[in-house]
Amino acid sequence: MAILRVRDLRKDYGGRPAVDGISFELKAGEILGLLGPNGAGKTTTISMILGVLAPSSGSIKIDGHDVLRRRSLALERTNFAAVYAPLPGNLTVEENLRVFGMIYGVRGLSRRILDILEQFDLGRFRHVKAGLLSSGEQSRLCLAKALLNHPDLLLLDEPTASLDPATAGDLRAKIRAYAAHGTSAVLWTSHNMHEVETVCDRVLFLSRGRVLLEGDPRALPAQHGKASLEELFIAVAREPLSLGAQ
Amino acid sequence: MRAGRLAAVALRQFYLIRGSASRVLPMFAWVAVDMVLWGFITRYLNSVANAGFDFVTAMLGAVLLWDFFMRVMQGVTMAFLEDVWSRNFLNFFATPLRISEYIGGLVLTSVATSSVGLIVMLALARLVFGLSFFAYGPVIIPYLLILFVFGIALGILGAALVLRFGPASEWFIWPMPAIVAPFAGVFYPVSILPRWMRAVSRLLPPAYVFDALRSAAAGRHAEPGRLGTGASLCVLDLLLAFWVFSATYRYAVKTGLIARYSAESVS
Repeated sequence: MAILRVRDLRKDYGGRPAVDGISFELKAGEILGLLGPNGAGKTTTISMILGVLAPSSGSIKIDGHDVLRRRSLALERTNFAAVYAPLPGNLTVEENLRVFGMIYGVRGLSRRILDILEQFDLGRFRHVKAGLLSSGEQSRLCLAKALLNHPDLLLLDEPTASLDPATAGDLRAKIRAYAAHGTSAVLWTSHNMHEVETVCDRVLFLSRGRVLLEGDPRALPAQHGKASLEELFIAVAREPLSLGAQ
Repeated sequence: MRAGRLAAVALRQFYLIRGSASRVLPMFAWVAVDMVLWGFITRYLNSVANAGFDFVTAMLGAVLLWDFFMRVMQGVTMAFLEDVWSRNFLNFFATPLRISEYIGGLVLTSVATSSVGLIVMLALARLVFGLSFFAYGPVIIPYLLILFVFGIALGILGAALVLRFGPASEWFIWPMPAIVAPFAGVFYPVSILPRWMRAVSRLLPPAYVFDALRSAAAGRHAEPGRLGTGASLCVLDLLLAFWVFSATYRYAVKTGLIARYSAESVS
């Protein structure tokens, strides 16, 4: 069953397309990597899925609910973490989780907060203001918030960008385990191709707002005559025309 | 509208205020300063004017009501600005939170913060200058309600301006009460104003409240019809302010303002 269904999604800024008619689906249990160079349209796509940016045309459905028409209902089943959206630094870790837990209507919130603090090894920072945490700890807090409501759709925009390799690896394992339950789907953006190969079941390469390539991150490089996903990424960034971009 | 979400927005503000003396103090410090300053001015005027007019009841009462109105407005705008300063829009608006729930949370915060200010003002007026608001009778309740609703409306309008023009435009908010004051006839009857200013006054709910307050201080009954006009206008203003904020939010979502809200990205 498709948890996320994106159809002919387009966003224009002053007549120039930032996202140019992309379509894709994301099934329960699947982790989809949204890849592409800077300015390819990844964050614009995520912003539209989160309802904070209105598409110029097209549709987005989460669990069958149209984000444009039934935004609140669709976003109840969603959550996100992004490097550019740290939680308010003037609230403590626990206060942040409580406020967002209430917004998402999490049942048994106090118990859930304790669980998630333990899961992300944030218990000792419970009463510390989020702004005083290191960037890695803040990333873990954002991820803890993102999983607070057991979202059907989890959007992660470069979630490991500020984490050390050990913590990043631990986090990847957590997200894989979360998706493996089979009831949730994850949309993941990253510039770390090793990470993408490890985590994602499928990838979409965006270039100039369009889907240029799609497939298994472990098989795609060979299909396009490249030795690795990183090499393929560089080709997409530097010579998209050679890969079929118009 | 879900009460839990509305409460979450207010709870965030409570957490901020609870842990911060710099947020707690302004809730009553400035109103206390105003009460003391105007209390002694009106006491002095009573001693020199000898005109059979009680300045304490009329002017100090007006100061008290005007400060209450400003606290209500600032209760909304300060709560909104906390989200601006901490760049929290993306976190909040990428959740199921509805605009009505967000605004409702800001209003709930304003009810709490302005109540603290009101209690301090009432206590000072009573204990230091002998002004009891019970002396006005139950008519004080509609006065407060009209000013409260208009304060909320003006606060929402100020928030909409900052949402539209970016964080650097917060200076739009601060002079708003000062711009309204001359037209509202806080300290003088609107009848002394030039015709064009009187025309503006007729559109402002506080003008009806302060007119009624002066009547009450002079021992006359306020015309219920005029107070009714003030009440109708403030409800209309509230609806209009909500509509403006909603339209501004839709514009911000359309243009991507919400997704990249910062002083640098907003022209």
